[in-house]
Amino acid sequence: MFSYCADPDTLGTFRWFSCYLTNGVHMSFYMSFLKVLALLAVTAPVALGFGFAGAMAARARFAPISWLGKGYIAIVRGVPDIAFFLFFVIALDQAFEWTRHKVLCPEWTDPIRQGNDFLVCSAAKLPLGTSPEWVHETYGFSLAVITFAIVFGAFAANVLFGAMRAVPHAQLETAEAYGMSHRQTFWRILVPQMWVFALPGLSNLWMVLIKATPLLFLLGVEDIVYWARELGGTKTSKFTSYPHGDWRMWYFLFLLVFYLAFTRVSEIFLERIMTKLTYGQATSGGEAQRKGAPA
Amino acid sequence: MSCFQTIQDYGLRSIGYGERLLPKSDFTLCEQFTLIGSGMIWNIYFGVLALLFGFFFATALAVAKSSSSRLFRKPAEWFIFLFRGSPLFIQFFFAYFLFLNLKGVHPFFGPFTAAWLGALITLFLNTSAYTAEIFYGALRSIPKGDTEAADAYGMSGWPRFKRIIWPTMLRLAWPAYTNEAIFLFHATTLVYFSGFPAWRQKGDALYYASYFADKTFNPFVPYPILAFYFIIVTLVIVGVFGLINKRLNSHLPSARRAKLRIRPNLIR
Repeated sequence: MFSYCADPDTLGTFRWFSCYLTNGVHMSFYMSFLKVLALLAVTAPVALGFGFAGAMAARARFAPISWLGKGYIAIVRGVPDIAFFLFFVIALDQAFEWTRHKVLCPEWTDPIRQGNDFLVCSAAKLPLGTSPEWVHETYGFSLAVITFAIVFGAFAANVLFGAMRAVPHAQLETAEAYGMSHRQTFWRILVPQMWVFALPGLSNLWMVLIKATPLLFLLGVEDIVYWARELGGTKTSKFTSYPHGDWRMWYFLFLLVFYLAFTRVSEIFLERIMTKLTYGQATSGGEAQRKGAPA
Repeated sequence: MSCFQTIQDYGLRSIGYGERLLPKSDFTLCEQFTLIGSGMIWNIYFGVLALLFGFFFATALAVAKSSSSRLFRKPAEWFIFLFRGSPLFIQFFFAYFLFLNLKGVHPFFGPFTAAWLGALITLFLNTSAYTAEIFYGALRSIPKGDTEAADAYGMSGWPRFKRIIWPTMLRLAWPAYTNEAIFLFHATTLVYFSGFPAWRQKGDALYYASYFADKTFNPFVPYPILAFYFIIVTLVIVGVFGLINKRLNSHLPSARRAKLRIRPNLIR
């Protein structure tokens, strides 16, 4: 990065670190933080969408759909989430390849599962064997996003389901008295009012989602955990111009501090939104604000 | 090979008894059930011990956090913030590498780099922080009348805590604490995926489940088996904690008893 970095062996401690922390692999390390942020930015809305669909299904009047929604919530919440992460990455991949295989190679007669192998025709492979590196990485990343969205969608569905039931029943009865149909009541009365009740649960979920991002590592994405392990490991002068001992502890300490700061900032931010939303509401929170305000 | 033979060979594989080599090919359903079940020994070991030790430490932390003295309050607040504000996964990694470095300083820290001790300590500290926050919340919502009654009886200090505050705190915290317990058992699956090595392939349930999934490239058998085991564990926890909940609330008229509301599973 800097001009004096040509021969790191001769540098003093401070300059050595300034070179070490700005070399190529460290840039990849810093980029992986963006990956985490991108994951959060994409997953949060998608999971909210899954959650909304799940909650809608769970309170459907047609029993099988309601079972489907409730089953989705119950199963994902009852099993260790990390098991789901490991499961979905393979399962989704195989589901995509299987579908493509059926569509693209109908003449193929061999069974797909041969003993311990999962064989599809080469045209159905995802991503295609010939595609460049970035396609592989993007594919892995989008599998991770879908997996996160499925798991967190179930949590969000549970929160929204509870919020929908928290809306005062009199409101819905009034809507019925005005002659609104079931659908109109849902979209015009229930949905606009439920967000205040959902916010505490959703902000809790956001904190949990932040703390779940290191699990990206288990899904095979080169995320911050991957780089921290790579960069921290002992390096000899044979392979790098910046030899050092086992520094993984310090790298993970840095990640720890990063997450602490991130959750703290989110906490403050969500607190502000909550204060805004409760302003003027007929809840105990709104009441407290009214009393605290100068007359 | 009969299923009974398989159970004999692999039933205690996760703690090092029985057949040394894991099955390599042609996995039967029985083998998968047995090995994953054998791995559950570790999940239960981590969960039970961390919960047991964490319970007492959490009580101390909660009392410290609600203390009026800064000397007690600040360290407890920081401890709870540190462990609740960062991912358990990163905590495991950090603890493992910390112990690895300490091992270089003094051989006394050798056992700490093994999962049975190092991961247990991490889990213990982590669950203490989460439980302490629950207990702290309960301490703050103890009915004022209860403490006033204790004052009226001339109780103070230790007897007041032991006979009035602590039981009421537990009673109020119990539903949330049940969730924390379920949640902790789920978190034990992270141990062998976060630095701590599975020495001689002695791992927990998820370790074996992912072993089978990797070998057969078929996730649709081992993971449902794992889910089956965890649902059983969850039901057992709910049952046991429900009994304790009943006892804690036994003096109350039945309408005022706190119902257990099970809302498990959040990632930490």
